[in-house]
Amino acid sequence: MSDIALTRPVPVTTEPPLARYLLIGLAAVFVALFLFAPLVTVFVEALRQGWVGVIDALRLPDAQAAIRMTLTIAAIAVPLNATFGIAAAWAITKFDFRGKAFLITLIDLPFSVSPVVAGLMLVLLFGANSTLGGWLIANDMPIVFAFPGILLATLFVTFPFVAREIIPVMIEQGRTEEEAALTLGASGWRTFFTVTLPNIRWALLYGVLLCNARAMGEFGAVAVVSGKIRGETATMPTMVEMFYNEYLSVAAFTLAAVLAMLALLTLLLKSLLEWRHAELLAATRRH
Amino acid sequence: MNIEIEELAKEFGTTRALHPVSLSIPSGALVALLGPSGSGKTTLLRVLGGLEFPTSGRVLFGGLDATGLSVQDRRAGFVFQSYALFRHMTVFENIAYGLRARPRRERPAEAEIVRRVNRLLELIQLPEIGGRYPNQLSGGQRQRVALARALAIEPRMLLLDEPFGALDAKVRKELRQGLREIHDRTGLTTVFVTHDQEEAMELADLVVIMSMGRIEQVGKPTEIRARPATDFVRDFTAA
Repeated sequence: MSDIALTRPVPVTTEPPLARYLLIGLAAVFVALFLFAPLVTVFVEALRQGWVGVIDALRLPDAQAAIRMTLTIAAIAVPLNATFGIAAAWAITKFDFRGKAFLITLIDLPFSVSPVVAGLMLVLLFGANSTLGGWLIANDMPIVFAFPGILLATLFVTFPFVAREIIPVMIEQGRTEEEAALTLGASGWRTFFTVTLPNIRWALLYGVLLCNARAMGEFGAVAVVSGKIRGETATMPTMVEMFYNEYLSVAAFTLAAVLAMLALLTLLLKSLLEWRHAELLAATRRH
Repeated sequence: MNIEIEELAKEFGTTRALHPVSLSIPSGALVALLGPSGSGKTTLLRVLGGLEFPTSGRVLFGGLDATGLSVQDRRAGFVFQSYALFRHMTVFENIAYGLRARPRRERPAEAEIVRRVNRLLELIQLPEIGGRYPNQLSGGQRQRVALARALAIEPRMLLLDEPFGALDAKVRKELRQGLREIHDRTGLTTVFVTHDQEEAMELADLVVIMSMGRIEQVGKPTEIRARPATDFVRDFTAA
């Protein structure tokens, strides 16, 4: 009896302290080195000439045009892809039909295709050398090296985010709540807005945030189709590259910092929403 | 309201879930569809509720053809196996859902909705739980809320899919009694699906025994016990 009481209990569900601290320390160093250090560098480099440098950089017409372009593209692409994503996820999870597996593959396609290839595909399809592109240009509706091309490229690249985020949630929740709403007399639309949408709202929010981050940050596809015309078709990421190549490092890092701030802002927004609705989130989790 | 099922068949792709089956359910009866899994009992119930459409055959409600009637227009109170309560709504809002979903002209005023929901909460003997969310309820409470929600639309019939399937034995006995009482009080034609023959025999006026998409026997519990029509029924009820 006393022998047992005297031996120190050895925890069986965890590693020895040394191993634990070593592993945690390793992870912390990695995060600091590869995640925080670059972020800090961006802001430090932007402020190299003080706030005056930052303000001067933001006064550059090219920088302002790039910011406007990126915000406009995101403002159009994100709602569109949220709608397409919901429609696709709804079709895939609530109905059985021929070609479902093919549709899922199509939705994933932008993830497996390199963005540069996606951009090139648009150039080949709508460029001046194609029949369609020639006709469009002749009729004063250019797509490549113009706003529509950038929008199409962004739409293509960011398409999977919303759908990918909500499909698993919709599969997990099944169809019975929707069926219940129908038996209670609700129309299809009413069922969607009062049952389906509230059930997927968190996944939808994550999907929209991811989609937004990518829409603002996309480089490859946009670089190919936009032609990077300063003040006209340059977006923030492509403008950062151009400034940097011209040794305007303060301008480049200032624009990069604005882009980073936009990303941080979306993260903050997400955390804020989660924090405010924590109680409801806990109460409505799957029973 | 009486229900007539005439030569009803249902195929999913190449599998036959229901061979042509016919059945007539008298108005106000409490009927059990009894059979092992895969016997077609849930498919038959879903066809009655308008959640599946038959490949062939007809369904008549009160003598009128309802085969092509939409799920919304059937006004069949449906209780799902897992209850399918709306998890993001309170119990009160769950029960009020069917009333709020009505077209504006037929929708009761807010005060009337509150009154009706409270009356239903009393009927299921849970007057205090209107403000809770489904995942804060026990299994038995959820089942009763699902029943109240189905009753709120003033249904023409009540359809229940394994209503006691997910409950422990003690709660199951209590709720069986509860369903019987609600049935007797409302006088609604009620059809429930079960694989538990004791439950069917004890609760139902009329038991429909199904196997492999066919109806093996229809009768009062005592008749089925005394005179099983087929070998399957004899084996199944002896088990």
